[in-house]
Amino acid sequence: MRYAYFTLAFLVVLTVSVLGFRGSTFTRPPMMVFPDTFFPEMNHQAKYKPQASSTFFADGRADRPLPAGVVSRNPLRDDDHLYRGKTANGQWAKGFPAAVAVDARLIARGRERYTIYCAPCHGALGDGKGIVTQYNWGAPANFHSDVFRSMPEGQIFDTITNGAKTMFSYGDKLVPEDRWAVIAYVRALQRAQNARVNDVEANHKQELGIK
Amino acid sequence: MSKIFPKSANRLPLQIIIFLIVLLGVVTTATNYYATPKYTRVGYAPVQPVPYSHALHVDKLGLDCRYCHSNVEKSGVANLPTAQTCMNCHSQVRTDSPLLAPVRAAYQSGEPINWVRIHQVPDYVYFNHSVHVNRGVSCVSCHGQINQMEVVAHAKSLSMGFCLDCHRNPQANVRPLDQVTNLNWNADQVKIDGKPHAEWAAEFVKNNKIKPPQSCTGCHR
Ligand code: HEC
Ligand code: HEC
Ligand code: HEC
Ligand code: HEC
Ligand code: HEC
Ligand code: HEC
Repeated sequence: MRYAYFTLAFLVVLTVSVLGFRGSTFTRPPMMVFPDTFFPEMNHQAKYKPQASSTFFADGRADRPLPAGVVSRNPLRDDDHLYRGKTANGQWAKGFPAAVAVDARLIARGRERYTIYCAPCHGALGDGKGIVTQYNWGAPANFHSDVFRSMPEGQIFDTITNGAKTMFSYGDKLVPEDRWAVIAYVRALQRAQNARVNDVEANHKQELGIK
Repeated sequence: MSKIFPKSANRLPLQIIIFLIVLLGVVTTATNYYATPKYTRVGYAPVQPVPYSHALHVDKLGLDCRYCHSNVEKSGVANLPTAQTCMNCHSQVRTDSPLLAPVRAAYQSGEPINWVRIHQVPDYVYFNHSVHVNRGVSCVSCHGQINQMEVVAHAKSLSMGFCLDCHRNPQANVRPLDQVTNLNWNADQVKIDGKPHAEWAAEFVKNNKIKPPQSCTGCHR
């Protein structure tokens, strides 16, 4: 009987030393309790998930690139101002398109998007002193210079959509409505950095200690 | 006639039964410990083609998760970033680092970088990021402290029991929507709208009619 217990104890020690404890890191693929070899087609069904790989297509991707000349089924984006930031005669559009209501909601949205996508480079204040400038970075634009204060909204829209000079495009991350929201927030930042005493409403002057 | 069995053999049946009970206990404990996702998955940290560090980019540089995983609030899938996303910065920072060679090659050729998948639910489970993220469930609840990981490791079991623990009690796990990607946020240390977290969360769940599915068809559809 004693030998049976010895064997059991030995097996326990062996298992623990081979399998280790919970939570240690490892790089081999996780073990499966019900391996695919014996239970095929449940864990990995014959379907593609986004960004997966494929053995069927020559380039190994399950996500297919658009074929050349493909036509979008979505409504025609024919509002040049809203989708391209241009006026009918191809100039940069000034102001916001009619479809976008400039209100507190838009600016709040713009602030959120700006903080995610622009602040790392252009800084939370829009002064071009984002965190990356501490790492040998060139010079992200400072929105408070005159060039950018007078830059038409349409041109900023185009910069976000297609990038400009050394800045890459953010068109894949921001839908057109969000791009306009960001522009509204950039305008708010520019206004805030150039505010005068007269801009403060009378009832707030006392709180700020100005006459 | 001599005895075939010694006297001690009388106790043997009992001893065998006791041993079998002990054996059963040990085997149950071992299965429970080793044959569940808490052991098989947690800690999985594969070697990636580029030694990308969340600790550096998120904690030190302060990037938001959505800068790279930009579809997480819009779709069911939290996408991995395109090579261009990395090149936004790495066209100017560390442009000649050998560690980033695969990124530059991918950006030039248009071939994707072959990141190794870490978190994955089986194909018979339906999971959707946007429903969770837009209801105030933070990444940290399901992925752990990604912002402190040099190499992403599977931190939570993501087993069915894990999902249900939260679906039965969402109050404890929701937070204001603007803090979802702030993984250092601590419910005990802040007041939200002047209320402690528990009180705020109860109202939030009630006002937004948050009712995570507990029926099988919610997740196995
Ligand atoms: C990865 C860093 C980075 C991010 C993020 C970034 N920018 Fe830029 N941006 C730059 C740099 C660098 C320049 C300067 C380009 C130059 O002059 O070569 C620039 C220039 C600009 C300009 C001026 C373009 C011109 O014609 O001179 C605008 C407008 C602008 N950025 C807007 C934005 C907005 C809006 C966002 C957020 C959606 C954003 N940027 C995000 C790096 C960045
Ligand atoms: C600069 C871009 C970037 C940012 C910002 C970023 N990630 Fe990632 N993330 C990646 C890349 C690239 C990978 C794939 C490589 C890897 O696993 O390390 C990844 C992988 C992951 C994975 C594992 C995916 C899998 O295969 O299962 C999770 C989870 C994750 N990130 C969560 C987060 C969270 C949470 C945040 C915000 C705190 C965040 N990420 C911020 C780029 C980023
Ligand atoms: C907001 C800008 C930014 C983005 C976007 C970004 N990085 Fe970085 N990354 C940096 C900075 C800045 C450093 C350098 C830190 C230093 O010098 O210590 C760095 C360093 C690195 C390093 C270490 C390089 C070395 O030689 O030590 C790797 C690897 C890296 N990044 C990978 C990536 C990948 C992969 C992506 C895309 C998913 C990415 N980065 C996106 C800013 C960025
Ligand atoms: C309710 C739990 C939960 C939350 C909250 C959550 N994730 Fe996930 N995440 C998962 C699961 C489960 C998977 C595996 C999904 C699959 O296999 O389809 C996953 C997969 C991922 C992946 C790999 C790509 C994919 O979608 O399959 C990334 C990247 C990721 N998560 C990032 C994030 C980020 C960033 C956040 C926060 C904004 C977040 N996750 C919040 C549970 C969660
Ligand atoms: C930390 C809390 C938490 C965890 C963990 C969690 N969920 Fe949820 N889940 C929620 C909340 C909150 C909702 C939103 C319910 C609502 O909107 O009424 C939700 C909703 C869902 C829905 C409903 C989506 C729809 O379209 O109706 C599904 C499916 C789901 N979760 C699957 C999962 C799976 C699978 C896991 C495990 C990998 C998981 N959840 C883990 C909190 C969680
Ligand atoms: C909150 C989402 C959710 C709900 C609700 C849910 N499941 Fe699951 N179920 C999961 C996930 C996630 C897994 C995958 C677990 C894993 O991979 O470890 C799973 C796995 C399973 C498995 C396979 C077990 C295994 O370990 O391979 C069975 C069987 C199952 N579920 C049955 C059910 C039944 C029956 C119900 C209803 C009573 C149900 N599930 C409700 C999320 C859910």
